[in-house]
Parts: sequence; C-alpha cells; structure tokens
Amino acid sequence: MDGNSIISNVPFEGPACPLPLQHQDRIVLGHGSGGRMTHELIQRVFQPRLLGPELIAGNDFAFLLLPSVSGNAGRLAVSTDSHVVSPLFFPGGDIGRLAVCGTVNDVAMSGGIPLYLTCGFILEEGLPMEVLDRVLISMQEAAAEAGVRFVAGDTKVVEKGKVDGLFINTTGLGWIPEGVSIHGANAKPGDVVLVSGSMGDHGMAVLSARGELGFSSMIQSDVAPLNELIQTLLKAVPEVHVLRDPTRGGLATTLNEIAQQSQVGIQIDEATVPVNPAVQSACEMLGFDPLYIANEGKLVVIVPPEEVDEALHAMRQCKYGENAVRIGEVTAGPPGRVTVRTLVGSTRILDMLAGEMLPRIC
Amino acid sequence: MRYIQEFRDGHLVPGLLEKIRRTITRPWVLMEICGGQTHSIMRYGIDQLLPEEIELVHGPGCPVCVTPLEQIDRALAIASQPGVIFTSFGDMLRVPGSTEDLFSIRARGGKVQVIYAPLDAVRMAQDNPDKQVVFFAIGFETTAPANAIAVLKAKALGLKNFSVLVSQVRVPPAMHAILSAPNNRVQGFLAAGHVCTVMGYWEYEPIATRYQVPIVVTGFEPLDLLLGIQKTIEMLEMGEVSVQNAYPRAVTRDGNKPAQDLIHKVFQPVDRNWRGIGLIPKSGWGLRPEFEEFDAEKRFNVLDIQTKESVICIAGQILTGMSKPTDCPAFGTLCVPENPLGAPMVSSEGACAAFYRYGRK
Repeated sequence: MDGNSIISNVPFEGPACPLPLQHQDRIVLGHGSGGRMTHELIQRVFQPRLLGPELIAGNDFAFLLLPSVSGNAGRLAVSTDSHVVSPLFFPGGDIGRLAVCGTVNDVAMSGGIPLYLTCGFILEEGLPMEVLDRVLISMQEAAAEAGVRFVAGDTKVVEKGKVDGLFINTTGLGWIPEGVSIHGANAKPGDVVLVSGSMGDHGMAVLSARGELGFSSMIQSDVAPLNELIQTLLKAVPEVHVLRDPTRGGLATTLNEIAQQSQVGIQIDEATVPVNPAVQSACEMLGFDPLYIANEGKLVVIVPPEEVDEALHAMRQCKYGENAVRIGEVTAGPPGRVTVRTLVGSTRILDMLAGEMLPRIC
Repeated sequence: MRYIQEFRDGHLVPGLLEKIRRTITRPWVLMEICGGQTHSIMRYGIDQLLPEEIELVHGPGCPVCVTPLEQIDRALAIASQPGVIFTSFGDMLRVPGSTEDLFSIRARGGKVQVIYAPLDAVRMAQDNPDKQVVFFAIGFETTAPANAIAVLKAKALGLKNFSVLVSQVRVPPAMHAILSAPNNRVQGFLAAGHVCTVMGYWEYEPIATRYQVPIVVTGFEPLDLLLGIQKTIEMLEMGEVSVQNAYPRAVTRDGNKPAQDLIHKVFQPVDRNWRGIGLIPKSGWGLRPEFEEFDAEKRFNVLDIQTKESVICIAGQILTGMSKPTDCPAFGTLCVPENPLGAPMVSSEGACAAFYRYGRK
C-alpha cells in the first residue's frame, strides 16, 4: 500500500450551482453536516481505507455472520473503548493503531476471536485531511494484521478547540467458542503469573513524545494486536485461567484487579519483571515506577503451574511474545493483596495507583 | 544504568546487614531527612531487613509536605485569577489547601500547568505576553538553583509577566529545630544526598558538634541507604561524632559552588513557616530585594491570606519524627491518598503516602 494521501488529487464535489467551496485539505464543520460533504468525506477518505462488504451495503446497520458449528452455540464477546491520546502520532504507533489494537485486545482477552469493529470519529474543525488519512491508513494496517473488519462507522465534526485533533471510539465483536472460559475471577492459589514482554513502553513513549520532559528518547510504544499470540497460547495451553492486557495503570493495577476478582493474593518478583533500560532510565528521572506505566501490546497470563513451560514456549513463538517470562505466583491471600519481592529480598505491597501519576520534585 | 543498578544489587545486601548486626548492641533512633529516602526505604522494604534495635523515623525533607497551608491557599488564590497561567511541579497539584486543590481550579477552567523545569515557565511567559505566568518555586536546596536561574533569566529578558511564588526551604535550620526540641528522640541522621550534592556537607559539621549527633550523607538506592545506616550505627556504638560521606559518587564537602552562587545571587535566608511544624528562623530562602518585582505574593497581593491546619492531622509530629503515620487516628480511614487531609499523604515522598502505599502497620 502506498502511504500517500489519496485526497489531494481528487476533487471533493461534483458540479453544482452555486459551486460549493472545495475543502480538500482540512476538515470543516460541513463535513459533519450529514449532507453531501459528509458523503464525500466518507466515500473519498474513509471508505478506501476501512471498506468491507457491510460498509459497501450503505445501510444504517450491518448484518454480521458468526462462525456457526451445529449444536455449538458459543458466545459473543464485545468491548468498547474511546481513544483520546495526545500526541496523535508517537514513536511506534498513532491513535489509529491504538484504536484498533486496544479494542481487538480487549475482545481477545476473553479467549475469543475478534472479528468485527465499529468506529466512531469525532473530528476537530481544521484537522488536516492528510492527518486523518495517515490515521486511517494506520487503522487499515492494524485491522489487516489483526484479521478484523470494519462493519459500521460514524463521523462527527465539532468546532475548533472542542476536541484535540480527533477522538476515535471503537467497538469490537468477537466469537468465544464453546468450552473457552477465561476471565479475571479464575486465578487459583498455586497458579503462575507470566508476562509477554517488557513493561511500560507505551506510556513512556507517549509521555516523551509530548516533548515536555526536556529530553528525547528512543522509546517505542508497544501498541500491537495480541489475538494471534493469544490463539497460539490457547492452542498449546487450553487451561489458561486469566488473560489481561496491562493498559492504563500498568501491571500493578492489572494484578490488583485480578487479585480482587479472584479473591486471591498475588506475589511477583521484582527482579524478573522485564523493563526496557530506556524506560527504566526515564522512570528514574521522573520518579515513576514502570509497574504503573501503560502498555498496549503486552499480556498478563495466569496458568496452572504444570502448564508454565508449555505456555512460555508457545508465547515465545509469536512476534509479540518473544520475551515472555514468569514473574510470580498466585497465593491463597490475603485476598486482593498484591505483593512484590524486592531486589533486596524484602516484601512490600503493590497497591493500585491513587490518581494521576505525578512527576516528583527532586 | 550505571551508578544506579550497582547500588540495587541484592547480593551485597546480606553482607552489609551482617556488618550492622555485628556492630549493634542497643536500640538507636535514626532519622532519614529526605522524603526520597523514606520512599526508597519503604519501596525496598529496608526497614524490614534491619535488626529490631534500629528505629527509623522519617524527617521533614519532603518539599510538598512542609509547604505551609497558607502558601497553598495563596497559590490557589493566584491560580483562580483570570489571565493567570499558574505553573507548578506535578506533586503540588493534589495538595489540599483549606478548601480545594489546584486540580479543582483547573477543572473549573483555571490555567494550571505542570512543568518539569522552571525555565519552561519563563518560556511560557515569553510565549504568552498577554498572560501573567506564575511559577510555584518550592523545594529544598535541590530545587533552589534551577528556580534561581528562572528568575535571573526573566530579569535578563525584562519580562513583566513572570513571577514566582516562593516557598523555598533549607535543611540545616530544620535539623536545629528537631534537635533542640525538648522531646527529641533522634540520635543520628542520614543527611539528604541530593541536598548535599548542591550544598556540600560542611554546614552539618557544627550541628554534629553542637548536638553530639553523628550525621552521614546518604544516597537513595538500597545499598546507599544500608551503607548510611551502617556508618551511623558504627559511630553511635563507638561514641563518635562527626559528619561522614556515604554518597561520595555525588557529594563533596564543598558541594556545587556555581549552584550555590546562583542561590545566593537570587535568594537570601528568611524565616519560614513549615507545615505542621511552625515558624523556623532563617529556614527558608526568599527573593533578594533586587528581584522583588518577580515576587508573586506582592504582585497578586495575597500576603494577607492566613490559614489554620486540620485539627485531626498530625503531620507536624510525623515530620519531626515524634510519631509514625500509623499513630494518626485518620491514617488509612479519613486520610488516604485519594483524599489526603495533610501533605504527607499527598506527595510520593510523604511518609504517610509511603506507609500507606507499601502497607506499613
């Protein structure tokens, strides 16, 4: 696929009287009017990137087919997420890739197979068309990688200053085959906690891309679709108890959620948690803890102890699981408590983050 | 990361602990001055590893914690004014004043901006000539040089729309206040490594002599802290009184002279209120008269704002080592990080927040 905008060469509107103004390079309020300009925008900008048979049909709704096996009902998994990241583009990804991967991953955490996505765009008046197209290309690529299809979409345009460039909501639908039962309440004492790779890459990549830190970094966001990794893992180890992606609030928050849902304790070993050295350095400077920083392409897996080797082997076969490691165990309790064995051999509580993470003073 | 990772090497911990155990014969009370040290002690569970004879009490060295309530109320009053961009280090946004915090002002539409370097505030003033940009200049000797640079830069640029709300404090007068209190329990100090990086440690020698306390300049990593504790215990057991440097990779006796010159160029010692402790003579830095035009307190006429502390919160006793956070009736119930009554529950360097977060009883 070429990365060039398809917009610049094509006029927006056909002949009409009076001849409408042509807005080819920026979003204007008229693009959200629901009238001809909206149609033009959808046809010329959105459809080439996100088109599927449901969208071609041009209805207000989409019929969806689900994999059907006779006598085997299975279940649907659904998840929705709104994406408001600033800046829109950051090393390793952008809001488009994030909007696809975030929702695909949430659906995939059920053990199900993500199939369909819907997308809702809120665009800021004045948004360069080229920016929108770059985001759409990125969504198209991420959707192709994840094997999902866009089946419905919506666009609104708001006055300048009401949103920060563009916001994207995506909803994902997936299919959970009969017999698959993975959720946060399944962790059992004795189980083992694995992660698929280094912690904190996405959060620090976005933070350093904002340019407010006074230093630049080479940190790349890990934003990626995890459904292939998960399906490979489940094929090798169907007995997986919990899957979760440690997004906002980081690993610490995710483990606390699981410990509460399952009413178990979790202990991890600080020395075994993988953290990219650049992320670690940036965290040291700012007084952040990588265990609280967001990831967008990482997986926490809880498996019975006898399945650990098989699970790690399967994960390491996959592009996004190469650095999978064991980081801790599920314990009997106290229920809801997560603890860390520190580098110096003591133990402390790993709490959820209270509010916004604030850089320290000195 | 060189100079950090080596000082987190768990393999060297048992040796140092053994050395401490062999030396110690009786109970001792040590105070770590800096909130960063408190946090590190909690984070690595150092207090759990030490022999039970050692009691660590947590010092007043958290700039967020000791910034007096009236100064926060003044910040809130300034930040609420139209046409003001109020800039601050992130920690300060969540510190409650008498009625609200800076986050609430921002939610109501006030321009409150987190910055990472004071010069960013100066740049903001240049970029927004129609706005008044105010920087909340708080902290110990560690932040003073960078804050001084901001004032000097604003003066050099002739900026009329930049000012600083100063709440700058100094460590040595606080140590005097703690040691001269009639019910003082502290027998040895871990001096704050970052402060000493700037100021050196010559200032502490008269304190050690006058109050007969050993003082050890100490860093922030687990091995730094254990080394500082080991040296302090060794001196206490030997009856030795001096200032030793257990953080030589960052600190010299004289400190960073150019940084000190910057401080003295812009600031002069002034009496300052410490939250929960009260007035300590000559314990702060204030702007010198020649930089008065950058004084936000005068520009915005907020000096008459005076405030009273919460009656439940025992922050003062905690900051002077008299009480532990868990002695407070509000700890973990009325006062939690999401809804802090006093500053030590707010800052990541605050003793109460560290106790709460790392589950200390």
